[in-house]
Order: sequence, then structure tokens, then C-alpha cells
Amino acid sequence: MPTSQAQRHLSLPWQAAFSVLMFGFMYLPILVLTVFSFNKSQSAAKWEGFSLTWYEKFFQDSRILTSLQNSLFVGIAAVGIAAVFGTLMAVGLARYRFPGRSLYRGITYLPIIIPDIAIAVATLVFLAVIAVPLSLWTIVAAHVVFCLSYVSVTVSTRINSINPHLEEAALDLGATPIQAFIQVMLPELAPAIISGCLLAFILSMDDLLIASFTAGGGVATLPMEIFGRIRTGVKPDINALSVVLILASGLVFFAAEYIRYRGDKQRLG
Amino acid sequence: MASSSPSIPKSESQKRPELPLPRWVEPIVMLAPSALWLLLLLVLPTLIIFELSLVPDIRPGQVVNPSGFSNYLKILDPIILQVIGRSLFFAIGTMILCLLMGFPVAYWIALMAPQRWRNLLVMGFVLPLWTSSLLRSYAWITILRPTGVMNTLLTSIGLPALDILNSSIAVLIGMSYGLLPYMVLILYSSLEKLDRRLLEAASDLGANPIQTFWRVTVPQTMPGIAAGSLLVLIASMGDFVDPELLGGTSNMTVSRLIYNQFLGATQNWGFGSALSTVLIIAVSLAIALLIRLGGSRAITED
Repeated sequence: MPTSQAQRHLSLPWQAAFSVLMFGFMYLPILVLTVFSFNKSQSAAKWEGFSLTWYEKFFQDSRILTSLQNSLFVGIAAVGIAAVFGTLMAVGLARYRFPGRSLYRGITYLPIIIPDIAIAVATLVFLAVIAVPLSLWTIVAAHVVFCLSYVSVTVSTRINSINPHLEEAALDLGATPIQAFIQVMLPELAPAIISGCLLAFILSMDDLLIASFTAGGGVATLPMEIFGRIRTGVKPDINALSVVLILASGLVFFAAEYIRYRGDKQRLG
Repeated sequence: MASSSPSIPKSESQKRPELPLPRWVEPIVMLAPSALWLLLLLVLPTLIIFELSLVPDIRPGQVVNPSGFSNYLKILDPIILQVIGRSLFFAIGTMILCLLMGFPVAYWIALMAPQRWRNLLVMGFVLPLWTSSLLRSYAWITILRPTGVMNTLLTSIGLPALDILNSSIAVLIGMSYGLLPYMVLILYSSLEKLDRRLLEAASDLGANPIQTFWRVTVPQTMPGIAAGSLLVLIASMGDFVDPELLGGTSNMTVSRLIYNQFLGATQNWGFGSALSTVLIIAVSLAIALLIRLGGSRAITED
């Protein structure tokens, strides 16, 4: 069928055209937010000229900046705890056989699967039952749960592809188990740990429900502040905020991809 | 032999210093912190929710209903059943839309696009996921509202304006927009493993492209299709932001209803817990279905 082959080279297949359309669909909202962040008009309905007012307003809005600070604190604290515990758990699950091991592994997948609203409700009720006052720290404690899952799942995938004899060799050459872990295992696992952490951090920064349920009065994270503004209609500088956040998460994404790419390359080499 | 052996254990013991700690310490140090955290903040709270769902409404001034299942009986109210039905409609609708939109994209990237672009194309498609889901919904408000971007475009080319915001169509758009990258990611990794020789063999044996698609490609990628569909189904059942911001007051869903039972005006923790339990059971059923369909392979491999 030489003609159909030639046709396929000449005309764009419909799948390609459709894919281009879908790429447009994926980027349309981001484009709209970006364009309107530079719009002079307050109503944001139509273009009324270029302006940086919303960026100025955003950088002077103390409530947004405070909530951003809260979100960063929660994200960094939760991811930090999850990085240590999640890595230890992934290594431990790979190394030891014990009764209930597969149940343990199954439970680590739960936060990824169970809807946020169910986790949020359960955590709130639990904190009420043990009468812990709600604060930023209760959000951290709740976020560690899903951060643990994402870190340990990414690390577990990486462990499977590591040569198990490396650590044994280190032990045979006289390293203590702790030395072998820090000098042999950790460098091998580092790319997975970091990319798991970045993913967990982005999810922590994006979480509305669990934070809303565990924050208590007076404390707001960035998603809670944004949600409140969208719902009440007070949103002049959200477009500017969106663009700043999109740029920041884009950077985190590329950092994660770069680290993953370097990790894959190391493994091949 | 006996005379030469004593020197070996000596050097061995120098090479491998005895651990100062008993052997069980290491696994405990590695596994206990996370286990404790997950038990305290995930497993135990879920069990408490289940227990609370059996506690009848005990607000002051109300007659205490001795039946432990009164919260569950409340779910059978036609209004609540309608809410559950709407949530299922959104979830199944989103799943179908994501499959219809995602399959051609994943197929094109995995089998038709130039090899060296593939990773870049997948990354490019998934990138919007890394932006805040709230802001993505907010962007759809800007696009869909009566004086928004869409209607400005429609009226400028002489078409009538559409009132889509605060309707179920807006919710479906927002949900399928948010979940499409997951679908494409899973379908892509499944299509990437497709044995191209089978496609060639099918066409050599006289199958037309449509026959090849339905009888070779679809069966081969079934685990991926099942995994992607159920992931989207589960995620959209629990979605709160899109129905809340794009659906308006008339599009109440289960997750919004649960939210209202705890943080809204109508506070009823027992009923909220019962709804939450039902949601967890529904999600568990979807996962059981996934494992039954053999899609577990597609999930655990990634």
C-alpha cells in the first residue's frame, strides 16, 4: 500500500491533530491566568491594558504572605519528617521479613488512594477525641501521613533496582552497618528520596481539605486563603499569585525531573 | 589445621566489630516511627470514624435514637441518594471523558510521535498537574463565567453566549481537566510496552486499522485502561474543589456534603462519619474491581 504510506507522511494523522488540541486544553487555563494577571481591569472580564498593579498588591498583601509562610513551614516540616521516616521504612520493608509486612506495605498505599476528605474528617475527629488543640503542628502531623506514602513508594521503587551486593560488599570491607547505610545506600537512594520529597512538598502546598480540617481557628495555609477568597469573591490579586505559584511549581517540577534523569543515567552507567 | 585456625577468627572479629546493640533494634528503629505515625493518624482515626458513624445524633434537645444505624438510614433519604447518584454521575462521566480524550493522546505519543520527543511530550502533558488545583479551578471560573473568556470569544464571532458556570457541565470540565494527565500517564506507560510486531502481524494477516485497534491494541493495553479509568473514578469520587467552585449550589456532591457536616452550617459529625465510611467503602470496592480486572499489575509496576 504505497499510496496510503505516502498519504500518512503528507497529511497529519488525526491523533496528532487531536493531541495538539488536548495540549491546548491543558495549557489554556494557565495561559488565561497569566494573561489576566497583567490586566489593568479589576473585573478581569476583558483586556484593558497592561499593568503590574496586581503583582504590587500581591507582594503587599500581608494575609497572603502570612499564609504562604504557613504553607512553606508545614510543607518543609512535614516533608523533612517524612523524608527520614519514609526512607527508613522503605529500606526496612525491603530488608526484613516479618509477620504483617504486606499489611504494613498496604497501609502505606492508603493515603494515596483514600479521598482527602475522608482522611481530613478522620484526622479532625481523632484530634478532637484525644483533645489536642489544633495548630500549625496538627497540620504538619496530618501532612506527614501522605508525605510518608509518597516518599516511601518512590524510594521502594528505586530499592528494587539497586544491586543488593553493594551493601554486603561494604560490610565485608569492614564498614559498620551504619557506615554502609550512609555511605553506600543513601547516595544510591538520594535521587528517589529527593524526587519523592519534591512531589510530597507540592502536594502539601496544594492541600486544601486536610489543612482546613486540622488547622483550627486563626491559622490559614495558602490554599485555605485562596479558597476563602475565591468563595467570597475577594480576589483581585489571585491572578498574580497564580503566576508566581505556577513559576515556582514549574521550577520544582524541572528540579525533580532533572534529579530523576540524573539518577536514571547514573544507574545505567 | 587446628593450629592455623585461631588466627582467622581473630582477624574476622577485627573486620566485623560486634554490634553493641541487639539484633532486633535495627528493624525497630527503621520501621516503628512510620508504623506508629500511620497507626495513630491514619488507621486509628479511620476506625474512630467508623465507630462515630454508629453513634446516633446527640445534639442537645434531641431524642437519642438507640439504633446505631440511624446515621446510615439517613443516607437512604431520597435527597441524599440523589447526592450520591450525582457524585457517581460525575465520577463515571469524568472517567469516560478522560478515556476518550486521553487514549488518542497517549497513543500518539507512545506509538506515532518521534522517539526522541516522547519523554518531553509526556512531561509537557503532565506539567500542569504541578500547579495548584485550586488555581486551575479558578482559571476555569474565569473562562466559563457569563462574561468570561469563552463567551467573549463566542459573541465576538457571532455565536450566542453560553451559561456554563455553576452547572454539571462545568464540574465535568474541571474534573476531567484535572485528571486527564493521570490518565495519559498511565495509558502511555501501558501503550509504550505494546508489542509492535503484533500490530504488524495483524495488518499482514489482513486486519484493517479498526480491527487491529479493537482486537490487538485494546486487549493488550487493558490493564492500563482499567488502572487509568479506576484511578480517575476514585479521584473524582472524592473531588471537593471542582464541584464546590464550578458546580454552584445545585450540584451538591458527597464530598461537599461531608465537608458541610463538619465545617459547614449543618454540623452533624455522626452523619458526616457515616457518609465518609460509605465513601471509603465505595473507593475500596473500586479498588477490588481494579484488582479483579487484573489492573493491579499496571499500578504496582509504576
